[in-house]
Amino acid sequence: MKFSEKWLREWVNPDISTQQLSEQLSMAGLEVDGLDPVAGEFSGVVVGEVVECGQHPNADKLRVTKINIGQDELIDIVCGAPNCRKGIKVAVATVGAVLPGDFKIKKAKLRGEPSFGMLCSFSELGISEDHDGIIELPLDAPVGVDIREYLTLDDVSIEVDLTPNRADCLGIRGLAREVGVLNQVEVTAPQIESVNTEIEDIRDIQLVAPEGCPRYLGRVLKNINIDAESPLWMQEKLRRSGIRSIDPVVDVTNYVLLELGHPMHAFDNDKLDGDIVVRFANAEEPLTLLDGNEIALKSNTLVIADQRRALAMAGIFGGLESGVTASSKNIFLESAFFAPDAIMGKARQYGLHTDASHRYERGVDPQLQRVAMERATQLLLDIVGGEAGPITESVSQEHLPKEKSIELRATRLTRLLGIHVDEAKVTDILTRLGLKVSFSGNAWTVDVPAYRFDISIEEDLIEEVARVYGYNSIPTIAPTAKLKMSVHQEQNLTLDRLKQTMVERDYQEAITYSFVDPKAQSALFPDMLGMQLPHPISADMSVMRVSLWTGLLQSVSYNQKRQQSRVRLFETGLRFVPDSAEKTGVRQEMVIGGVICGNRNNEHWTMEDRSVDFYDIKADVEALLQTTSNYSEFSFKAAQHSALHPGQCAQIYRGQELVGFVGAVHPKFAKVLGLNGKTFVFELDFNAIGRKKLPIAQEISKFPANRRDIAIVVEEDKVVGEILSYIEKFGGNQLVGLNLFDVYRGKGIEAGYKSLAISLTLQDQTRTLEENEIQAVVEDILSQLAEKFGASLRD
Amino acid sequence: MDLDAIIEQAQLKINEAQDATTLDAVRVEFMGKKGHMTDLLKGLGKLSAEERPIAGQKINLAKQKIQGLISARGEHLRDAELNAKLAGETIDVTLPGRTENLGGLHPVSRTIRRIESFFGELGFTVKSGPEVEDGFHNFDALNIPANHPARADHDTFYFNPDVMLRTQTSGVQIRTMEVEKPPLRIISPGRVYRNDYDQTHTPMFHQVEGLMVDKNVSFAELKGVLHDFLNNFFEADLQVRFRPSYFPFTEPSAEVDVMGQNGKWLEVLGCGMVHPNVLRAVNIDPEEYTGFAFGMGVERLTMLRYGVNDLRAFFENDLRFLKQFK
Repeated sequence: MKFSEKWLREWVNPDISTQQLSEQLSMAGLEVDGLDPVAGEFSGVVVGEVVECGQHPNADKLRVTKINIGQDELIDIVCGAPNCRKGIKVAVATVGAVLPGDFKIKKAKLRGEPSFGMLCSFSELGISEDHDGIIELPLDAPVGVDIREYLTLDDVSIEVDLTPNRADCLGIRGLAREVGVLNQVEVTAPQIESVNTEIEDIRDIQLVAPEGCPRYLGRVLKNINIDAESPLWMQEKLRRSGIRSIDPVVDVTNYVLLELGHPMHAFDNDKLDGDIVVRFANAEEPLTLLDGNEIALKSNTLVIADQRRALAMAGIFGGLESGVTASSKNIFLESAFFAPDAIMGKARQYGLHTDASHRYERGVDPQLQRVAMERATQLLLDIVGGEAGPITESVSQEHLPKEKSIELRATRLTRLLGIHVDEAKVTDILTRLGLKVSFSGNAWTVDVPAYRFDISIEEDLIEEVARVYGYNSIPTIAPTAKLKMSVHQEQNLTLDRLKQTMVERDYQEAITYSFVDPKAQSALFPDMLGMQLPHPISADMSVMRVSLWTGLLQSVSYNQKRQQSRVRLFETGLRFVPDSAEKTGVRQEMVIGGVICGNRNNEHWTMEDRSVDFYDIKADVEALLQTTSNYSEFSFKAAQHSALHPGQCAQIYRGQELVGFVGAVHPKFAKVLGLNGKTFVFELDFNAIGRKKLPIAQEISKFPANRRDIAIVVEEDKVVGEILSYIEKFGGNQLVGLNLFDVYRGKGIEAGYKSLAISLTLQDQTRTLEENEIQAVVEDILSQLAEKFGASLRD
Repeated sequence: MDLDAIIEQAQLKINEAQDATTLDAVRVEFMGKKGHMTDLLKGLGKLSAEERPIAGQKINLAKQKIQGLISARGEHLRDAELNAKLAGETIDVTLPGRTENLGGLHPVSRTIRRIESFFGELGFTVKSGPEVEDGFHNFDALNIPANHPARADHDTFYFNPDVMLRTQTSGVQIRTMEVEKPPLRIISPGRVYRNDYDQTHTPMFHQVEGLMVDKNVSFAELKGVLHDFLNNFFEADLQVRFRPSYFPFTEPSAEVDVMGQNGKWLEVLGCGMVHPNVLRAVNIDPEEYTGFAFGMGVERLTMLRYGVNDLRAFFENDLRFLKQFK
């Protein structure tokens, strides 16, 4: 909410500066967002009267005027504004005046006519954008008075960003109450008296939905002059509070809204048919809003209706047909209390948010309707004339919010805040907040007025005490807690450990959005339909990722486009796999994924210079798997994946459980992903790999180990992984080492075959192995391999 | 030939030897089976019984001396040879090493790690929760009923009225208290989502939630913990202020500002005493237990700490940005 400081100070005027006031409001929980002067910096501008106004002899568009600024002599000023005419009161920048932008007014000659000053427009004084002609002041403006003083321009617009609980401060009245409490000064409200009624016209009110509208006041005003203009002081207060002047009826309802925090509405009385009915809308009931939008109402929406139709959305927005127009003569004023529950969320379901709905859904003072009605009536009659009828009030006492009585225990206060606050101090703070307080039995009994919708439990009172006492007056204390060790499990592999491994292997951690481009994702994962965001930020961030790859590959593309050809990125995070067995319809799995492309090494004086390949990224995956201390549990199997190269793709298993994929990105996606060159990716399910094996130390053999190398020839389609695990399985417990150290194709090996060089290390725990025993094991392995894989010993 | 002359001659030849072979030839010449010293020893038989031991001792001393000279020369030659070999092996030690480069953590992770370690010292354990969340954990249990204006402030990404992307990590408080009972000390870092995208908002960002519930946890203690945290995080004795605010799940509530280098207050986190309704929602008696909770924006803290000016840089994953965080 934005308001004029001067307006607030009419109500409550503590002896503090604007800065201090601003600081004070922020520290009381009414955060000040901005302070803006209401006019530019200027001086030397006074009220003047146009005594003469004649045509300039040499210029069609200029006028030659004589202006009375209260001095002995009239001054000559040449003016170009079309609205300049004899008799009006104007803002005169005299010679020596300085206008905003350090613009100095000097004596001048305009087309031969002398000019000793300038008649100013609002924009020239930095007051508003309005530069349609010069300012016309009220005719009773005192000539010669400084314009800053006359218009109280030494004022500041203060913008407070109010939290939803402080609806009571959505008006000058509430803000003044707060400032009064903080400074311990009196608040002076303007006198608001009942106006004299001169006519008998009334309109009856039927509260069909009293739970939504427990109180409704209406009043007919006849024979108003809608063409009258709102007084300058009112226009200025509205402007400084961020509201433009429209017409006197709108201006007055807005004025009351700002002053008392109470929304009002005005209908054209001649367009209403019979009684006013406050009811819930019929489903699909049509209503054309004031802004011309035609909507179909929902049945949860409270409306103001007459005998025939819905007229307005109660507490939210008026209707076009029943609205006040430039030709309205008679109006019907509404001042009502709508229950927050009936209004909450309703505006939003139509995409609306208005000053009225903002206040009603947070809570308007349920005792304020009559005051607001009288205030609005008086202000209106002063401007537009006419006669007021009597107020009709319809009320359902049982549905009105009640004053609450809450107990505040001194022990609870001390316990929650961690400090003792004197009884007298607490009583004083609560009393000044307008609460009725009594203290007995070490507790306060506090009666809370209905307008404080935010105070309903003991803790709310504790906050009020703390807030006014000052959060910063509460000391800082180190908490006490029992020194209880939490549970630690060495077998839990932490995500941090895996991240560290990636970092040490020259990967940068990336964080990509959890929602990705559906085009890219469905290309890579045509069989998985990611969760769709109904209202995404943009089309390319509209579907939840089913894998980290989409985001990571897009990051690769982003970097490649910025001259970064060697990219190594990893990410950890959730992937969102649709699963109807889950309550939310999605399995959320923690995964770690990575991507590499470009050169294996940075260009280096001695290291090999080549592009990355499958075995580079596989090594990184192997390093991650080794952190489990149980690498032998894992295996790689050639497989197919929609996103990967059909010949360079492996499934990763832990025992029988599939825990991830590694492979080359299928080249057909290079275009849709914007990728350049071969790119390799992996992804591992963290929950499946996040268990470590606890090492159990084995006795080291005191007897020599024996290495025997074998070279076997097998067909190309026999995979090494299977051969090695087969050897491992049948090698017996004397086989303590197994290593593939060469793969050879070419001269000496038949086409379609490959030669594998494997070292076997044999050792016994209890004795030195004899040559013939070693030979027996090796031969056994060779014959097993011959049988199972058709392996022959290489010549 | 007298002994001294032989020694002198041997010394001369030993010192002239420039390699192991020559030196060995000298050794044979003097010490070998047919060498000068052997000849002399053989000649002892001609001497009288009285003279023999004296002459024998002299010869042996001379032998030892020559042997010593040969050994020293040998060592000298070996050293020289090694030095010559090593000199040939000299390399440029300033050439870059052949090792892997080191990657780096994302700055957001780095901040989360620091926060986890600070609070870990105080016995706060790290918890995590789902990001696709239900209305109960994201709103209802946090005392934000349907239609509450605070819900509108959240710009929630809904999948349907009861399933959404979490707008805050506070839901993890609820999930933890559903299964664990006080005393509780947890923090929960993670991704959160709001439907907002401009210079100062990204639709995804990170929060760290904190919660402590025990018999007598107070607002003064909340202040103590956060003071220590902020001073540690920024490694400076910053001016900190607690400003009353509103969150439906805490009462009293506060926002915490730190004084920036430009003399302006910067909001860094929100906090408060856990609202009794939140404790009741997870069957904890608010009369028996009190607690505090806080939530901080990780990107905001990271920007302040490392001088990052554009929030969006965190999610572009530009290597030139990321590599600055080793």
